[in-house]
Amino acid sequence: MTARDWQKLITAAVLLGIAALLPLTGNAYWLSLGVSVAMYTVLATSWALFSGPTHYISLATAAFFGVGTYVMGSGIEVMPYWTLLPLAALAGGLLAALVGLATLRLSGVYFVIFTLGLAEMVRQCVTWYQNQTGHKGTYVLTELTEADIYWQLLGLAALVYLAGWAIQRSRLGFALRIIGDDEEVAAHSGINTALVKVALFVVSGLVAATVGAIIAPRYVYIEPATAFAPMLSFQVVIMALLGGTGRLWGPLIGVIPFTLLWEVISASFPNQTTLLLGLCFLLIVYVLPKGFVGLMQRLDLMRQGREAFA
Amino acid sequence: MRQAPVLSLRGATKRFGGLVAVDQLGFDVAEHQVMGLIGPNGSGKSTTLNLISGALSPTSGTIALKGQPITALSARAIARKGVSRTFQLVRMLPSMTVLENVMAGAVFGHRRRWGGSAEAHAIAMLEEVGMADEAGSPIGQLTYIDTKRLELARALAGEPEVLLLDEWLAGLNPTELEEGIALIHRLRDEGRTIVLVEHVMDAIRSLCDACVVMSSGKKIAEGTPEEVLSDPEVIRAYLGDDDA
Repeated sequence: MTARDWQKLITAAVLLGIAALLPLTGNAYWLSLGVSVAMYTVLATSWALFSGPTHYISLATAAFFGVGTYVMGSGIEVMPYWTLLPLAALAGGLLAALVGLATLRLSGVYFVIFTLGLAEMVRQCVTWYQNQTGHKGTYVLTELTEADIYWQLLGLAALVYLAGWAIQRSRLGFALRIIGDDEEVAAHSGINTALVKVALFVVSGLVAATVGAIIAPRYVYIEPATAFAPMLSFQVVIMALLGGTGRLWGPLIGVIPFTLLWEVISASFPNQTTLLLGLCFLLIVYVLPKGFVGLMQRLDLMRQGREAFA
Repeated sequence: MRQAPVLSLRGATKRFGGLVAVDQLGFDVAEHQVMGLIGPNGSGKSTTLNLISGALSPTSGTIALKGQPITALSARAIARKGVSRTFQLVRMLPSMTVLENVMAGAVFGHRRRWGGSAEAHAIAMLEEVGMADEAGSPIGQLTYIDTKRLELARALAGEPEVLLLDEWLAGLNPTELEEGIALIHRLRDEGRTIVLVEHVMDAIRSLCDACVVMSSGKKIAEGTPEEVLSDPEVIRAYLGDDDA
């Protein structure tokens, strides 16, 4: 590792340490915002690990997230909490592997539609199962406080960043970038495109499921409509694109403003949230196609250009 | 005794519905040989390259690399076994630098490298095609012949047993064409085994040890460039009956 790498690593650790102090302020409102930011950061960053380089837009986040919440919801009465987190990750990873293998040959819009359909299908299956057993939802009762949930999410975020950093420096990350540029060239260069895509999709699936499992106690009562809300998938995509998927930290700088904006929108215009979500989507695509990361790179180029003339 | 061929096709056939694009094609490519695959437009030359590289799989027949069948393998597996190619329409990795484009071949090809060794090898390949100075450049700034050179460097980077060039000289202006022919000449002198699909007759005469001439998917002649280019059936295939 170079000195620059150490510098980045230490900066990240310090920022994480500062973020971990938030519950100590004792402000419940800020803490609840912090949980949302941490949750969306993990989801958007892990989403971007796969979708950023490959440009495969996945709308399956809600499916993995929902599976995670349900693993927690159905297991909490019979098993210790800590064993359920890896179980949820395993379930999410398995689902992602199955979906990945089934959709490998799909590209572009077909992949998007399939992943959206997947979330809906899993939700319908869970609803059907619950109707068979005469339940509507499930209680998730734990001793965990909002601060515990927040710290767990921060820990998961650190893991995701470390994994993303390791992937970027590995053959796997290089292969993924080549696939994103030209899948045909990738295959003819000797890359197992199927394996690489499934591997990264599994990573994003298992992370989303773990987030679902961590968040479940916060809901206290979960039902399919909340656990598998399709809105979540769209929010994650918008946040990641707003920040920019070209850098590992890109999604984070999309998550923070968007979560705050979302807070304002849902408080002030509770009936128009979907409409405003759509407007945000349009704006991002038109104004910031490469997100804040792209904008910063463009400004940087302009600055260098001016200096060259000065 | 003759050495076993590096690449051999036996009865290779590709049908697209009712159309037979490649029909019972068979030929051998020996080690260090430059084999030209020529014929009029639509005669099945590029399809043949696609069958060898695994972009398409043959309807019937066999293709073998150093005696091992590669007929049913995927493009990835064939690349790993030692066949690399350039494309008729140049394919770059646009988000990457020149060096990274070549590293793609060095990291995942027939001989796999990683880290410093992959980078050093990629730079050596760029030197080979005369582009070492542009290692850090983005793809967007390259001239047309440079994109062709770069694609060639990427194909060479995996140290393939057989190199497939699909109209690598097409679209070059006369000066570039000279440079291009000289470059392939150097590869030939290094003893590489090459199959090239080409329309430029000067290049075929000066580069190829042997030629296979295709027409409507079939092999109509095989031999040295002089032999096949004076063959009446070849002339008929190119120019039609009246001129033969």
